[in-house]
Amino acid sequence: MSASDITIRFNVNGEAREIQAPPMKRLLDVLRDDLGLTGTKEGCGEGECGSCSVRMNGDLVNSCLVPVLQAHGATVETVEGLAQNGVLSPLQRAFLRCGGAQCGICTPGMLMAATHLLARNPHPNLAEIREGLAGNLCRCTGFIRIFESVIQAAGSFTEQDAARSLDAR
Amino acid sequence: MAAAASPTMSTHATTRIVGAPVPRKEGVEKLLGAACYVDDIERVGLWHGATVRSTVPRGLIRSIRFDRNIDWSEFAVVTAADIPGENHIQLIFADQPCLADGKVNHCDEAILLLAHPDKHKVRRAVNAVQVEYELFPPVFTIEESERQETIVWGHDNLLKSFLLQKGDVDSAWPAAAHIVEGEYRTGAQEHLYIENNGIIAEYSSAGGVTVWGSLQCPFYVHRTLLAVFDLPADKVRVIQTETGGAFGGKEDYPSTLASHAALLARKSGHPVKMVYDRVEDLAATTKRHPSRVRHRTALDEHGKLLAMDIELATDGGAYSTLSSTVLSRATLHSPGPYSCPNVRVSSRSWATNTVPYGAFRGFGAPQAIFAIERHMDEIAAAIGMDPVELRRRNFLHQGDTTATEQLMREPVIVDKLLDRALSESDYYARREQFARENPDNPVKRGMGIAAFYHGSGFTGSGERYLNSLAGIDVTSDNKVRVLVSSTEFGQGTNTVLTQIAAEAIGLGYSDVEMAPADTGIVPNSGPTVASRTAMVVGRLIERASRQLVSKLQEHVGLSTHFSPSDFFEACRRYRIAHGEVASLCRYEAPPGVYWDDEKYKGEAYPAYAWSVHVAQVAVDTITYSAEVEEFWAVQETGRVINPVLAGGQIEGGIAQGIGYALYEKVILQNGHMANNQMTNYIMPTAEDVPPIHACFEEIPFEHGGYGAKGIGELPHDGPAPAILNAIKDATGVSFSSIPLLPEDLHATLCARESVEEPTIV
Repeated sequence: MSASDITIRFNVNGEAREIQAPPMKRLLDVLRDDLGLTGTKEGCGEGECGSCSVRMNGDLVNSCLVPVLQAHGATVETVEGLAQNGVLSPLQRAFLRCGGAQCGICTPGMLMAATHLLARNPHPNLAEIREGLAGNLCRCTGFIRIFESVIQAAGSFTEQDAARSLDAR
Repeated sequence: MAAAASPTMSTHATTRIVGAPVPRKEGVEKLLGAACYVDDIERVGLWHGATVRSTVPRGLIRSIRFDRNIDWSEFAVVTAADIPGENHIQLIFADQPCLADGKVNHCDEAILLLAHPDKHKVRRAVNAVQVEYELFPPVFTIEESERQETIVWGHDNLLKSFLLQKGDVDSAWPAAAHIVEGEYRTGAQEHLYIENNGIIAEYSSAGGVTVWGSLQCPFYVHRTLLAVFDLPADKVRVIQTETGGAFGGKEDYPSTLASHAALLARKSGHPVKMVYDRVEDLAATTKRHPSRVRHRTALDEHGKLLAMDIELATDGGAYSTLSSTVLSRATLHSPGPYSCPNVRVSSRSWATNTVPYGAFRGFGAPQAIFAIERHMDEIAAAIGMDPVELRRRNFLHQGDTTATEQLMREPVIVDKLLDRALSESDYYARREQFARENPDNPVKRGMGIAAFYHGSGFTGSGERYLNSLAGIDVTSDNKVRVLVSSTEFGQGTNTVLTQIAAEAIGLGYSDVEMAPADTGIVPNSGPTVASRTAMVVGRLIERASRQLVSKLQEHVGLSTHFSPSDFFEACRRYRIAHGEVASLCRYEAPPGVYWDDEKYKGEAYPAYAWSVHVAQVAVDTITYSAEVEEFWAVQETGRVINPVLAGGQIEGGIAQGIGYALYEKVILQNGHMANNQMTNYIMPTAEDVPPIHACFEEIPFEHGGYGAKGIGELPHDGPAPAILNAIKDATGVSFSSIPLLPEDLHATLCARESVEEPTIV
């Protein structure tokens, strides 16, 4: 710990965590380096690709653009929190079935963006899905099977799931 | 030998797992965020590497100065003088240095390497190293290079040339009813894999070099490390980590990055990680070759091709890297899927002072096919024929020969693909509708097509030279493992090869896994490139699997009909009696496949995949944006091994092709990529990709894994010409260069309006 470090207390995937870090350290680096949550990826470091998308206080954010001091007291959800006891979420299952993941590097961010979309709009139409995922770049799939995955997941998404996701606020 | 081992059965037998939409083998790990990419790996005592790069396009290095305010004793510093072996990256020719030694030939060329325990400190230190140069005049374009006034490579700037000749082109002109000429240009394109290039290296004098990284071709990296470190083969080990996209961009570059990281590991005595950030990856790594293609075509009065005279040039960048083989594939695809008695293709790749251009999905074919498929529409307009009809009259058929005199032995159903594409897209009805609506609508719509083949596998004698070895083994804990150096980077290697092995042995999909892509464990099944994995390596796995079953039947009495437990019991007995349970097969060329390198004639590829694309495009004459509204792709790629993955390959390739046509522009300033950020290098997003309808016709290829042909590169070949043909249909204006950005549309369409409508009162 260096003199400029501050203490950050926040809730990550339902668990209370406390770390010491420089206040301007990127949330992305805190998740990956301090908490070992390497599911969240860096693609561009400037908020363009969405690979580092996580939910913070129920908002979708690019964790490469969030200084960790802003996460103090926040609730953060990452890809590691989607599966419960090793059981894939309906969205993850739909990605697996439909071919929504190819190389997998955009997948964690894409799953968080899609989770966020479904939490706010449990039955989105295609235009809403396109808009909801427009901040997340995928170079492999051409997005078509990602859209299909979200549509299929929405079919099995219950109001209860939506309420639970919104609880994170 | 058991009946199951008959080589001809594979393509006709009904299958359980091949052809089924089984889930991606490593899919669950990817969805959990648990898949381990190179930047996710930590090592005790890890240091971080960084690169000091040239800021000039060409010159001599006069001095290297280190800022005195930094304590350099904390750093490991590596220059060319620290290289124990050869200072060359081993590709086709060894002209590219691993680190610049006294001179630089392009911006962003690596000069010096730094490592430090602190990732941030080492990046800041890069700027504290000042290099002074004596500048030499650079060359930046094909035109400047071919003038040969400034020589920047060899004695003539010419990296490679080919001359492909069939018949007698010059005799055809006098008898021609029509002669049509055109020139077509394509720009560079960045792969934009979402995971940047990255490597971790370790070095010890006893163990040699071990690298882990994001890469396509473990044995390419292995070969370069042997030379750079002057080590025997068993002292270099290359292990692929989960790879977040590649598209050809991790075919040759990782050999350079792995050498750099390993040199720093040797110098520092620590494991060293080098993971580029996006800015560095975009500036320093390979792109698709820019091209210029000139066509001169003779036709008879019925629109039949009489002669094609094609002059093809690519910009290869500062070193030869893969430019010769990219040029060869471009040459062989430049006449398109057409039958023509007289063909001449003269092709050249020119050196310039830019980052070397490299492999990118399609490998020269997208450039060549853009030209011929745009040109076919220009011919159709010039002779007053429907572009569909012109193509139909000239398509290759079974029994015809290509420009290299390759006899089309297999069925060719490009007519059928065209029919299906036209009916799926309702092509004629939509064209009519748009022709009716366009005059009163500021948004002009049009339909465009492109027809093409893509040769599967290495070009010419390539597969014979590769002489690939692949197979399977069975571990004592009852896992069948596929042993290949063919890597997974999203395209489905793991899934497709385990499907093939499970099918051929008679096991379940979950009984088979992939051995790690580790040169210390797997044989060299060749590089993961050229749409060769399912077809060539898949065939080796199919053969090795059948061979293993035969061996178990012969030696330990495995019955003809067996359950998985019978199989594993037989393996157990075999292991006790004979040792390791494994089966390897080496590549055998299909009969009659022979390529003459000297004459540049023969079987250019063992098989071809075929496709017809249709694009519906809207051009907004107020904003000058062109938008692809809907896209259809009908293809024949042999047997489809996994329909979900195959569909994903087609859709992803088309999205990249749309970017190539309409969005993606590499802007070079003084030979350095000026827009080296995702903010200003623009790829299609979820809002930009249209509905894509992908349909397959299947004709199993007897010599491919369960009948597969190549699929991965094919879909990148068609979108650009189909889209620009649709823009021609929509606006009446022919565009002959890509990328075609709104400002280009604006410039041309405005110029036309001012010519055509000068008298608005």
